[in-house]
Amino acid sequence: MSAGRAIPIARRLRHDRMLLIACLSATTLAVAVLSALLISVFIQGLSSLDWHFLSSYASRKAANAGILAPLMGTLWVCAICGLIAVPLGVATALYLEEYAPRTRLRSLVQLNIANLSGVPSIVYGILGLAAFARCFGAISTDDPWTLGSPDSLFFLQLPFGRGVLAGGLTLALVVLPIMIIAAQEALRTVPKSLRHAALALGSTRWQVVWKVTLPAALPTMMTGAILSMSRAIGEAAPLLVIGGVLLLFSVPENLMSDFTVLPLQIYNWAGRPQDDFHKIAAGAIIVQLVLLLLFNSVALFIRHKLQRPLQ
Amino acid sequence: MMPTVIQIPSPVDPSAEGATPDRASEPAVSMAKAIQLRGFSAWYSAHQVLSAVDLDIAANRVCALIGPSGCGKSTLLRWMNRMNDTILGARASGSLHLHGLQVLSPDLDVVDLRRRVGMVFQKPNPFPKSIFDNVAFGPRLHRQYGRTDLEELVEQSLRSSALWTEVKDRLHRSALGLSGGQQQRLCIARAIAVDPEVLLMDEPCSALDPRSTASIEELIRELRETYTIVIVTHNMQQASRVSDTTAFFDEGRLIETGETDEVFTAPRERRTEDYVSGRFG
Amino acid sequence: MTAIAARAAAELAQRGRVRGVAFRRFYERLLHFGLLGLTLLSVLTTVAIIVVLVKESGGFFFMEGSEVTFVSFFTGTVWSPLLGAKPQYGVLPLVGGTVLVTSIAGLFALPIGLLTAVFLSEYASPRTRMLLKAILEVLAGIPTVVYGFFALTFITPYLLQPLSDRFGTYNAMGAGIAVGIMILPIVCSLSEDALRGVPQSLRDGAYALGSTKFDVTARVVVPAGLSGIVAAFLLALTRAIGETMIVALAAGGLAQLTANPAEQVQTMTAYMVQIFLGDAPANGIEYRSSYAVAMTLFAITFVMTWTGALVLKRYREEYE
Ligand SMILES: Nc1ncnc2c1ncn2[C@@H]1O[C@H](COP(=O)(O)OP(=O)(O)OP(=O)(O)O)[C@@H](O)[C@H]1O
Ligand SMILES: [Mg+2]
Repeated sequence: MSAGRAIPIARRLRHDRMLLIACLSATTLAVAVLSALLISVFIQGLSSLDWHFLSSYASRKAANAGILAPLMGTLWVCAICGLIAVPLGVATALYLEEYAPRTRLRSLVQLNIANLSGVPSIVYGILGLAAFARCFGAISTDDPWTLGSPDSLFFLQLPFGRGVLAGGLTLALVVLPIMIIAAQEALRTVPKSLRHAALALGSTRWQVVWKVTLPAALPTMMTGAILSMSRAIGEAAPLLVIGGVLLLFSVPENLMSDFTVLPLQIYNWAGRPQDDFHKIAAGAIIVQLVLLLLFNSVALFIRHKLQRPLQ
Repeated sequence: MMPTVIQIPSPVDPSAEGATPDRASEPAVSMAKAIQLRGFSAWYSAHQVLSAVDLDIAANRVCALIGPSGCGKSTLLRWMNRMNDTILGARASGSLHLHGLQVLSPDLDVVDLRRRVGMVFQKPNPFPKSIFDNVAFGPRLHRQYGRTDLEELVEQSLRSSALWTEVKDRLHRSALGLSGGQQQRLCIARAIAVDPEVLLMDEPCSALDPRSTASIEELIRELRETYTIVIVTHNMQQASRVSDTTAFFDEGRLIETGETDEVFTAPRERRTEDYVSGRFG
Repeated sequence: MTAIAARAAAELAQRGRVRGVAFRRFYERLLHFGLLGLTLLSVLTTVAIIVVLVKESGGFFFMEGSEVTFVSFFTGTVWSPLLGAKPQYGVLPLVGGTVLVTSIAGLFALPIGLLTAVFLSEYASPRTRMLLKAILEVLAGIPTVVYGFFALTFITPYLLQPLSDRFGTYNAMGAGIAVGIMILPIVCSLSEDALRGVPQSLRDGAYALGSTKFDVTARVVVPAGLSGIVAAFLLALTRAIGETMIVALAAGGLAQLTANPAEQVQTMTAYMVQIFLGDAPANGIEYRSSYAVAMTLFAITFVMTWTGALVLKRYREEYE
């Protein structure tokens, strides 16, 4: 004899169906949101897309405005960011996964990296402003040390000022923790047995890393690199602190040049009350999304190639 | 990262001291002691796995390590090329001499040790590279070779693991496309290519079918002319088929060691008899 | 046969030119310490952030002529740095703005994200799952300024204003929903990871006892993945708190302590944008106040990520 009162099967099935319905509606909503976003952006922005838009500088009149300066600025800044953050992230991940003894200190460093990934990006802007743009005040910005002529491609100065280099380095700080964590995860997917095989043949630790672990982890690492660079392309807040929102009539010429980036240009136009500017903001968003897509597919293509190096 | 290696200087001067590294000119069969353990004990953190093992393994012979699961066979093997360095908390004491090297010495160049002591793992673990690159991996680590020399070396290594005829037309295809048995023979070829003096094999056939097992057993018997081989196996028939000497371990102690025939037909110890005849436990 | 080959291999192996051992050791050392040095850069970053924030906000609190104290800063309910003759610096309205926007975002994204995650891990066929994950990836890649634009040009005028005419052009609700959309992919993919980490054997065990899918999901899978889900929630909320461009565009610029989502609010990040865009003279007290705000923001997110890491560590279920 069972003592409890049975829960009617109908009610249990009702719960079951309700859960399914809830899940389905949540998922549908998520998909609907994305569609609404893309559709509304495309409806507003398609009309402003033409060659003129891509090849001219900003203007006070929406109809004449273009995105040449922010587009080039984005490319410069992201290139610098990638060149710094990806190798640095991989190196740190290698140290933590392949070299560091498993001590308390290592867990602290690890926790620190997790914390860095949670720091709001605008705070990195503040750090970048102090460290890169102003050298912590160690050298006066009015009287910088310079190297080369300001017109040349190789012009450098210290402090960097509010130029492309300061922006790229700041973005590198923003995405570094993401890159480190992704690279670590990639390294962890490499089976121990491969490392042991290489060690047993008399490899040094670095040889194991360079010849076995890194090649095996590379495709997965590419995903991490894509992820971090996508983040970098879309970041505006830290660059806003570094460079401000500028209406530029030139493209960067060297690492010290002033710059603006697409997200900042979008911010600037979207923040204006006139509808015309909203239209060109939407146009710039489309360019930004296409850029993102392009970047992702190139990276996916490379990754695909890497994954099957043989045959 | 490096585990503490406690080195108790051995009172026994190893007769293997000064064993000539140039083995190519050595007589095929030599009774020189390739590996000599005295009072060898091993721990994982506080857990003692091997206690006071005294064991001699002669050069150019096959020595089988047998014993119930968990008795420390793999541990012993992994100390012979210091693969245990990769395990946190692994320690050992006593002495372990291998061709005149004090294996447990903290000053030892483990990279060189591992070049001289090849290892074949339980599960085949080819690199996700081509067959050629797998075999050439080790040689390229240690020396710079001319192209033809390297190709010849790869060929001879693959021949010596009896794989050449099967793979000679697909050297530049992925090693992962080989069957399990072929992969294991590739791993043997890979170990041979660095010209080791000793080959360690930890249950090399346990992941293989009987036919692949048979071919690898045959290989082991042939390779003993060139290398000193230490093999761990759970298969008593395999031990009796391939080995010259056998060492039986139980609960971290060396119970009995001797010529394989004797250990299997006329064991001195009761426990050995029970184990080899399957009456164990 | 093989023995001859082995002999030949041994001879061939001797032919190469030996690589130097001394150089190898030096190289190994160099790499080891090089990598260690690079790793320490991340520690240095944290230290540098803290030093900069402490130093600059120290200037704010202890500046000549500054009447701001820690107490008045952290408990003041009026934030009017740029208005009037006597500016007031009570950070609570900014914190309140951040809390309001983050709560709206959380109310929107946490349930929807979790339910979508449940759908992905428990219901969806592999193909649907792949498709939905791809969509989530697209969402995750969209720059946040785009969500701000979306709030301003779609959510507020087409969804909120038809509902009630009390919604202005800038309001907390629109910004909050946009932030919610932004963190949705984080909630969803991290929760899904947590749910999929629950071993199949647990589900099988529950089904074998006569459970419905609801029972299995609500009573077994979700509780088992709870630590991962909580960590995902915390991470997403941290991102929401630190989000800048959406609120700078859509939430408005008036610092006020309100719980009304139709009103405009200013968040901590939005205030920083206002200052760094040059509304205030550099090195004045207004300018420095942004560092004190940044410090507060940093402290809040720091505590939250720390908590998330602790939750994961303390309550992680190890299966295997
Ligand atoms: N990495 C490790 N950390 C801690 N303890 C270990 C480790 N590896 C092995 N041990 C322990 O050491 C003992 C001996 O292990 P070992 O692998 O040497 O046994 P074995 O004789 O090879 O067994 P098998 O025949 O099952 O392979 C076991 O009790 C095992 O639990
Ligand atoms: Mg074993």
